[in-house]
Amino acid sequence: MKKTILFLSLMLIAGILAACAGQTPTDSAGDARTLTVMTHDSFAISEDVIAQFESENNATVEFIRSGDTGAALNKAILSKDNPLADVFYGVDNTFLTRALDAEIFESYASPALVQVPAEFQLDADNRILPIDYGDVCINYDKAYFEENGLTVPTSLEELIQPEYAGLLAVENPATSSPGLAFLMATIAEFGEDGYLDYWQQLVDNGLVVVNDWETAYYTNFSGSSGQGPQPMVVSYGSSPAAEVVYAESPIEEAPTASIIGENTCFRQIEFAGILAGTPNRDLAEKFLDFMLSPAFQEDIPLQMFVFPVNREAQLPAAFTDNVDIPEHPATLAPDLINANREAWINAWTETVLQ
Amino acid sequence: MSLPTARFGGRIKQPTWRAALFWLLPAAFLGYFFYQPLLSIFNLLISPEWGFDLSALDWSQVWQPLRFTVFQATLSTLLTLAIGLPGAWLFTHFTFPGKKTLKLLSTLPFILPTVVVAAGFNALLGPRGWVNLGLMALFDLETPPIQFLNTFGAILTAHVFYNTTIIIRVVSNAWSRQNARLQQAAQVLGASPWRTFREVTLPLLRPAILSATLLVFLFNFTSFGVILMLGGPQFATLEVEIYIQAMHLLNLPLAAVLSILQLICTLGITIAHNQLSRKDVLAASSRAQELPVRKPKRGFQTVIVALLVVALFTLLVSPLAALTLRSVVKLDANRGERGEIARGFTLQYYQALWENPRNSLFYVPPIEAARNSLIFALITIAIAVSLGLLVAYAQKQRSPLNHVLDPLTMLPLGASAITLGLGFIIVFNQPPFSTLSFPILLPIAHSLIALPFVVRTLGPALQGIPPSLRNAARVLGARPFRVWWEVDLPLLAPSLLVSMIFALTISLGEFGATSFLTRPQYPTLPVAIYRYISQPGALNYGQALAMSTLLMLVCAAGIFLIERLRLPGKEIF
Repeated sequence: MKKTILFLSLMLIAGILAACAGQTPTDSAGDARTLTVMTHDSFAISEDVIAQFESENNATVEFIRSGDTGAALNKAILSKDNPLADVFYGVDNTFLTRALDAEIFESYASPALVQVPAEFQLDADNRILPIDYGDVCINYDKAYFEENGLTVPTSLEELIQPEYAGLLAVENPATSSPGLAFLMATIAEFGEDGYLDYWQQLVDNGLVVVNDWETAYYTNFSGSSGQGPQPMVVSYGSSPAAEVVYAESPIEEAPTASIIGENTCFRQIEFAGILAGTPNRDLAEKFLDFMLSPAFQEDIPLQMFVFPVNREAQLPAAFTDNVDIPEHPATLAPDLINANREAWINAWTETVLQ
Repeated sequence: MSLPTARFGGRIKQPTWRAALFWLLPAAFLGYFFYQPLLSIFNLLISPEWGFDLSALDWSQVWQPLRFTVFQATLSTLLTLAIGLPGAWLFTHFTFPGKKTLKLLSTLPFILPTVVVAAGFNALLGPRGWVNLGLMALFDLETPPIQFLNTFGAILTAHVFYNTTIIIRVVSNAWSRQNARLQQAAQVLGASPWRTFREVTLPLLRPAILSATLLVFLFNFTSFGVILMLGGPQFATLEVEIYIQAMHLLNLPLAAVLSILQLICTLGITIAHNQLSRKDVLAASSRAQELPVRKPKRGFQTVIVALLVVALFTLLVSPLAALTLRSVVKLDANRGERGEIARGFTLQYYQALWENPRNSLFYVPPIEAARNSLIFALITIAIAVSLGLLVAYAQKQRSPLNHVLDPLTMLPLGASAITLGLGFIIVFNQPPFSTLSFPILLPIAHSLIALPFVVRTLGPALQGIPPSLRNAARVLGARPFRVWWEVDLPLLAPSLLVSMIFALTISLGEFGATSFLTRPQYPTLPVAIYRYISQPGALNYGQALAMSTLLMLVCAAGIFLIERLRLPGKEIF
């Protein structure tokens, strides 16, 4: 009988746990309003920064993280008749036109935009506001180049030289967002007529292609703790700073650096907007103002390893010491990207993978 | 040769309403939480409003991944059978040192997120893996001799690594329930051991083997992470293509067409399986006649058993061991100094798990993540096992209803996690079932995936209970509940444990639906692992591996506890 009682009690416990977990935690803060922010998985922010907004506005901020950039945007678009959130953060310039076409955002000309350079403000109607930017760049393993007496390439063109044969790992643009960004950098550099020839030459020079950033960085790249065989990888311009911040034991200088040349990096700008139909428009406006304010903007670099768009925001030392911001990053018009993304990826697949 | 089985009770045509009664709850659950979101999302996407145009479809984008999907799934399944069936034989018949450990460890691959398995294989066979480093040192080589990642071989190896446990668990569970008297009778009548195996043992095992094969095939058929991370850009299955179309090209209609195709294939495969297993004879198990479990005989048998144990350890345990080892070992003490790789023992990665140096709002405390994972797993077990029992009883009723409803319980295995996730978003947006406020949607999604496993484990076991035992109990005056408690439950106990383990492992390891439905307030272990590994930095990488080791420990603890559950009648097994 003992065993049956044990069995029954286990089922009972499971049932109770189910019931407990089913209950939503109730808010004790009385009449505090809740603002819901939908974003992607890479979003991060300090607790005290959000606490500051919450106490100033007597509000609770809830975040829904919904997969990667594409997944989160899909979620927002599919639920537009019944929005799950008040604010969406995380549309980048490659998906910008798609997001605007889906009409999921309401215009809001935040007064804080005066502190944001015009080059980041890509929507004249202010349906989406720039929050941060970053560059997808080639990272290289400093020690490898030093030991082998190799000069670090300074342009995309040089990567097809024989001394760099087999040294570069890139991500598949069909499955990876940095991979797509790098493809677009080559399109900006060589034009729609020339980029496929360039890729063919990269392939002939022993290019290594993998599907995702994790594999490229941790398995293939020799500069990461994965200790892979390739000393160059497509990653982010800020990755060297992350190598310092997340080093095993404190280090002064990053083991990696980015290749900063004309069109070697592709600029990604991330936007936020107020989701159409929100019942909390006033609070959503305040949150967007807050996202552009120095408190939020200065917290961005060490949380998400991207740069604040607000020109007043100060950068932390890990960034100023280890990250170079390219003066001439590659860019493409969002409309052009939207119209050609699929065709470019398909053409790339045929050239590089088949 | 026909087998003597006691099935006079089963021939009586049961009224359909009884089957319907058993189906009521499972069907309602599946209908509400699976078919409703799925049909809604298809309905939305396959509409002109979304620019859907069947005539403009480039069918090569559909056939090419389909062909590859079928090809790799078939090959992977055959390989898994080739390893798993001898493994099941081993576990059924023999005792050997380390048996319990091996059985426990062989289940762990099943829970690991692919990104971690990829890291494990990388730590073992990658360009800087232990094997390549060793070979390079041994033969004084300049470049790593083994090229494993991004090959077709890596896909097959990973599939075998993941799924061998399904074959071992399901088949050896059925095998040890076999009535030893039948084999003895055959041998007394002069049949050779081979003939006994072919004509008695194998036919009796067929339902379990077919069930396990079906599960493995469907798992391989919908494979996603393995293809993406270990196979590389040359390979795309339907599920990978759905992901690319939906998430990177935002071509949702094409993604919908592909997921419908994947569902149709799943349905077809399940129906084919049911046709194949319809004529199977199910042997009764009986308390008195257990198959003997013993030490291997000296000589040839010992060699075979030893070889098998070593092979299973190598295949199933070495990537896990490499991973665990890597989580406590620091490579290169001096960053940037290449050539000689310095190694040292460290617990730094584990210590760092408990710290939140940048005060991030989304920091995941490991204990909390482990607790959430376990709670969700327990709920999944409760839902999946109770619904699975009902389905198994419904199937026993021999009602025409079963032919229609049974394949429908398998479909969650063939549904793309991405499509289902999007379906959940558009359907469950109002309280009480809202993706926002209702964290139990996550274990519900896990239950959908676990249910096919539970049904396929409990079904054959239930069919194998001789009606004569029940009839005897009834004749002796036992009430229906008492009959169930004293006859069915003890005979079902081992299969109940196996299905609980499946539900546990599926819930602990699942990431596809989790990434859609998880709430920051209730982070789980796989979510935390992804959080670390998606950022650059040696510490992040180490922490991801440490968190994965923690996930394995939590899972091992869960299995350990389940196997010690004293269900009535368990002691006889």
